Amino acid sequence: MPIVRALITRLITTLITLLGAAIIVFVVIRVVPGNPIAMMLPPGATDADIDRLKTLYGLDKSILEQFLIWIGNVVQGDFGTSITLRQPVYDQVIGRLPATLELSIMALMIAVLLGGAAALTATLYRGSRVEGSIDVAGGIALSLPDFLWGLALILLFGVLWPLFHISGRISPSLGFEFSSNFFLFEAIARLRFDVVADLMGHMLMPALALAIPLAAIILQLLKQSLKECMHDDYITLARTKGYSESSIILRDALPNAILPTLTLIGVQFTFLIGGTVIIERLFSYEGLGNMAIDAVINRDLPLIQGIVLVFALLFTLVNLLVDMTYAALNPRLRHA
Amino acid sequence: MRDARGQIRRLPGLRLWLSGGWLTLLVLAALFAPLISPHDPLAQDLFAGRLPPFFEEGADQAYLLGTDSLGRDVLSRMLYGGRLALIVALVAGTLTCLIGASLGLIAGFYRGWADLVISRFIDIWMAFPPVLFAILLIAVLGTGLTSVIVAIVVIDWTRFARVVRAEAMGQGAMDYVASAQVAGRSRLGTALTEILPNVLPTIVALLTLEMGIAVIVEAILSFVNLSISTDQPTWGGMIAEGRTSIYQAWWVLVFPLFALFLTVLSFSQLGEGLKDHFDPVLR
Amino acid sequence: MSFLSIQDLDVSLSNGMPLLRRVSLDVAPGEVRALVGESGAGKSMIGKAVLGILPRAARLTGGAILLDGENLESLSPKARRQRIGAKAALIPQDPLTALNPSRRVGPQVTDRLVDILGWKRQDAEKRALELLEEVHIQAPDRVMKAYPHELSGGMRQRILIASAFAAEPKLIIADEPTTALDVTVQKQILKLIRDMQQRHGTALLFVTHDLGVVSKIAQTLTVLFAGKVVEATDVGTFFAHPAHAYSRALLAATPKYTDPETSLTPVPGSVITALEAEVAAFDAELSGAGRQ
Repeated sequence: MPIVRALITRLITTLITLLGAAIIVFVVIRVVPGNPIAMMLPPGATDADIDRLKTLYGLDKSILEQFLIWIGNVVQGDFGTSITLRQPVYDQVIGRLPATLELSIMALMIAVLLGGAAALTATLYRGSRVEGSIDVAGGIALSLPDFLWGLALILLFGVLWPLFHISGRISPSLGFEFSSNFFLFEAIARLRFDVVADLMGHMLMPALALAIPLAAIILQLLKQSLKECMHDDYITLARTKGYSESSIILRDALPNAILPTLTLIGVQFTFLIGGTVIIERLFSYEGLGNMAIDAVINRDLPLIQGIVLVFALLFTLVNLLVDMTYAALNPRLRHA
Repeated sequence: MRDARGQIRRLPGLRLWLSGGWLTLLVLAALFAPLISPHDPLAQDLFAGRLPPFFEEGADQAYLLGTDSLGRDVLSRMLYGGRLALIVALVAGTLTCLIGASLGLIAGFYRGWADLVISRFIDIWMAFPPVLFAILLIAVLGTGLTSVIVAIVVIDWTRFARVVRAEAMGQGAMDYVASAQVAGRSRLGTALTEILPNVLPTIVALLTLEMGIAVIVEAILSFVNLSISTDQPTWGGMIAEGRTSIYQAWWVLVFPLFALFLTVLSFSQLGEGLKDHFDPVLR
Repeated sequence: MSFLSIQDLDVSLSNGMPLLRRVSLDVAPGEVRALVGESGAGKSMIGKAVLGILPRAARLTGGAILLDGENLESLSPKARRQRIGAKAALIPQDPLTALNPSRRVGPQVTDRLVDILGWKRQDAEKRALELLEEVHIQAPDRVMKAYPHELSGGMRQRILIASAFAAEPKLIIADEPTTALDVTVQKQILKLIRDMQQRHGTALLFVTHDLGVVSKIAQTLTVLFAGKVVEATDVGTFFAHPAHAYSRALLAATPKYTDPETSLTPVPGSVITALEAEVAAFDAELSGAGRQ
């Protein structure tokens, strides 16, 4: 079956990519001039102490040996132990991952809503000044990265008009006990809307910062697709049937315009996830990205490797999901 | 004015003028920083700490844009920070462009093994979060201006490579290339003289975009204190300091942020404007 | 009393160039009138003006369109839309692009019944099945669930025809509905349209450049050249004694397979270049020959 064959090919290329990423990280950080072991020991440590710890963390073997050992462990689910946190890397990563996922998904939803609404409005009012202003706003949003938007939002809604939180994930005063690390999902599931409100108050600014550039891209592409669709004959026919312009855009044009936008959103979503690294730092949000920065600064090799691998895995999963969704939604591909 | 499809386009000239204007200002400020800077950017004066900018009360006219927690003049620091931003933009931007475009050209024109390998690398690169990769590289290479530039080139070469590769593949299939080769030109010769001019407009537009990205990456790196190793002021560093004292001295964050905004915006609008200018459909 | 009455209609582009000049035309209830002319003469524009789907660059600059006695321009946009949706319908030219590729075909036949006229979904489905049978589609229940790309051009045109008759409109505008089809299919579709028109008693404004089609389906015809009405008469009279020089040229230009060599006489002038000089010449003919 052609679908099965395509899937297998995809899996193989994915594995090669992941392997390549792992190798690169592995090699790169072992060229490290700084010595992570030395950072962990008190100043008066002897060379013998250093050597002992080196052996403990396997840093005395050749790079190839270290890599093979690491891969072997990874396949069994053992990602090693973090040098700085002294905990298994796996636990640490899994512990922080939900926070980053929630933030990314929230940012994605905001981007889709904002970008989509803007594109629909611009199409409805095409040729007018409304479209022009939306284009200008979109252009500016597109030109500036999430980092700058994050800073601007901190200034605007954290300092000037303090409406939202600009630090952390949840207010400690709430004293709420979570059983999972998916704070937002759990709070919703347990119908604690006061907790949900607090969480969202913390997440809104970082999510918005991440969302703005993506929203601008969605706006551009979707608007272009919609405008092209509006020239099609079935749209003209719909007008003769008595439908209003806005209902035509929503009912007829949108389903046809969405498909090309979808693939782009998938790729851009991976960039968005990458942006969480600095945005989480900016907002002191306790997610994977924030932990990654510390890991790198402290040369925590096992932790760095684990985090990079998780990010790479996430990216490839997203790409896979996008391709599958595209194939499922396109009636022509389905019946081909 | 209207383009070929009769749709209204705002004056592209306006975009070019505004962005070009700010960038010229930046270049001048950077060049003449030592001359026009009112204070030594490193000079601390704890008695003059956290002075507000000139339009607020309690300001000292000697420090037009105020001072930070250590009493250093914000304006002077901004001028010197602009130098760094510009150097990074020009050097890193150009290098990334050259290396990325060359690799893309090789992959797209020669195809075969070169394309296979380079494309695979591009895929792998896409699996990394760029910021994390940059921080990682700095951790490996150590801080300093060279490291920053190398980091930028390493993380962003794919941007050029992908675009140039696609263009080269498209152009390479066209007749004028075939006729050049029939006429006896070497493959490299054909690549350089036939394909490059057609790919050039896209490259130029991407180049200005890349400069903006270089400025941002440097700012992020200096924000997490991983940029240059000396005490020289950076916009990112100023922003990091400003972030901590944001309620007491907002100006330490706002002014460099504003400068960053304008610079990045100008670079990308310049790129957009140039792209429109070169687009044959719009002529 | 005509159902459709177009009175001295002027349509121009936004830059001033005229597309239709003082066009007058009437269609009585149940009448089949052909609208004939070369490509670019403006015949599609007339249909578009009536149905409210003029291109964005074109505008009504004079005259009136009365549908069932009501001046369409005097209505609010919403009322106008709904009136047109209820009383008129379009059979479009290209069946390959006139159906929404992302939706199944069945709902596209009767969607206006549900959304604009407030029908219940089950009633609309029943009606869709009836209509599909009426246009001779085999296994209508299966076809209803199909997507447009799964059907042939001929089948899609039948579905569009079914959709046009769905709300029992009093007027259907057929915009060259057979042009995009294979010659073999053309005959069937033409016959189908004629049969349905007769059965439902709908008035039909049939836009075409093919005089052969006119003779098969129309009772009356209007000839258009460069945006002006040049002749309007009944079909019999037209073929026997065409009054206007342009009409004569059109008839002469129709190739006859019995006489391939001399029968290919092109009509002098072209719509685009002719506008001023040729129209003046024909105008002179018009006032000389007297209007029909």
